[in-house]
Amino acid sequence: MNINLTFFGQMISFGILVWFTMKFIWPPLNAAIESRQKTIADGLAAAERARQELKDADSRVADEIRKAREEATQIVDRANQQYNQIVDKAKVDAIAEGARQKAVAQAEIDSLSHQAREVLRQQVAALAVSGAEKILKREIDASRHRDLLDALAKEI
Amino acid sequence: MSTEAATGGLNEYIAHHLTHNVVSFGTGFHLDTWLVSLVLGLLFVLWFGLKARKATAGVPSKGQAFVEIIVEFIDGQVKDTFHGDRRSVTPLALTIFMWIVFMNTMDLVPLDLPGWLVQTTAGHEVAHHTYWRLVPTADLNTTFGLSASVFFILLGHAIAAKGGFGFGKELLTAPFHAHGAMAFVLAPVNLFMNIIEWLVKPVSLAMRLFGNMYGGELVFMLIAGLLAGWATFVPGIIANTAWAIFHILIILLQAFIFMILTVVYIAGARESH
Repeated sequence: MNINLTFFGQMISFGILVWFTMKFIWPPLNAAIESRQKTIADGLAAAERARQELKDADSRVADEIRKAREEATQIVDRANQQYNQIVDKAKVDAIAEGARQKAVAQAEIDSLSHQAREVLRQQVAALAVSGAEKILKREIDASRHRDLLDALAKEI
Repeated sequence: MSTEAATGGLNEYIAHHLTHNVVSFGTGFHLDTWLVSLVLGLLFVLWFGLKARKATAGVPSKGQAFVEIIVEFIDGQVKDTFHGDRRSVTPLALTIFMWIVFMNTMDLVPLDLPGWLVQTTAGHEVAHHTYWRLVPTADLNTTFGLSASVFFILLGHAIAAKGGFGFGKELLTAPFHAHGAMAFVLAPVNLFMNIIEWLVKPVSLAMRLFGNMYGGELVFMLIAGLLAGWATFVPGIIANTAWAIFHILIILLQAFIFMILTVVYIAGARESH
């Protein structure tokens, strides 16, 4: 229970141990720990960043898909419009063409009927003349038939 | 073995176990304390040094991870208490903690193992005259050696933080502040208070550790006395086991207290009042 030289011996031992720990144990261990902590922190940050990027990419993809869908809808709409327009135009054109053709046909019919009437008129006239000639050849009584011939000639 | 002989035997037994192996050198030198603590200190330094040499920042081996857990635990405690450059404080705390844990753990070595080894190798007569105390921290020389070193480290920190003049001024002006003539009246009072405050730190550190370990050792010896009789053998075994288990707590706790108080004192020494 007495303090003696051991006291100083223990102080020296302690000093050497502390010096050794400070010089050779603490720096490499601390460096390893801190470096690993940094690595882990970097890894976690990178993972977080990747997750964020993935989320961004996902939202971008969703955006693109939505945009593409909208565009497709627009295209379909435009196509439908165009189709309707074409159909309408075709309808109008067809009606106009039909009317034109009808008019042409009508004109032809008119001209044909006019021609036929002309022809018929000439033939009737000729027939009348020939009939009249035949009648005239059998009995020509100018006095009796004067008023008839007059009426006929008037009719022509 | 009669009761009287057992009692007499126990007295002698304890006295034998509490005697240091003294080398007559100067004022005397406790060879057992010094040698055991030195071997344990070197063991700690060798163990941690080897792990530190092979330390890798990648995936650590189990041994490295274990050492790192201890180092990080100490560093965390230091970080919580001491806000400043930890490059010298954490190694100091680590050394204090590990060395004291190692030295305290010697308390768990069977009490008669050294004596038995001496007796089986050198015979009964040599064993009777060979004294060997195995627990260095149950020697005031060790605990005061540690706390005195801590005391000087504290002084160094105080002077490094405040400068020699600032530290001297603080010794005279704190804790009682005054102006004019009263400052001169209070200066000796302050100095007296500060000297007490400063001396209390190493003394309390050393006495606390010594008291715990010496007491623990003594209880082991008293329990060992139970093992000498047939009737008390089984209770002795139970008591020995219970005390050893409880002592594991004291071993770690006392080392931790010594370490953390040192750090607290360093933080206090750097702080200006």
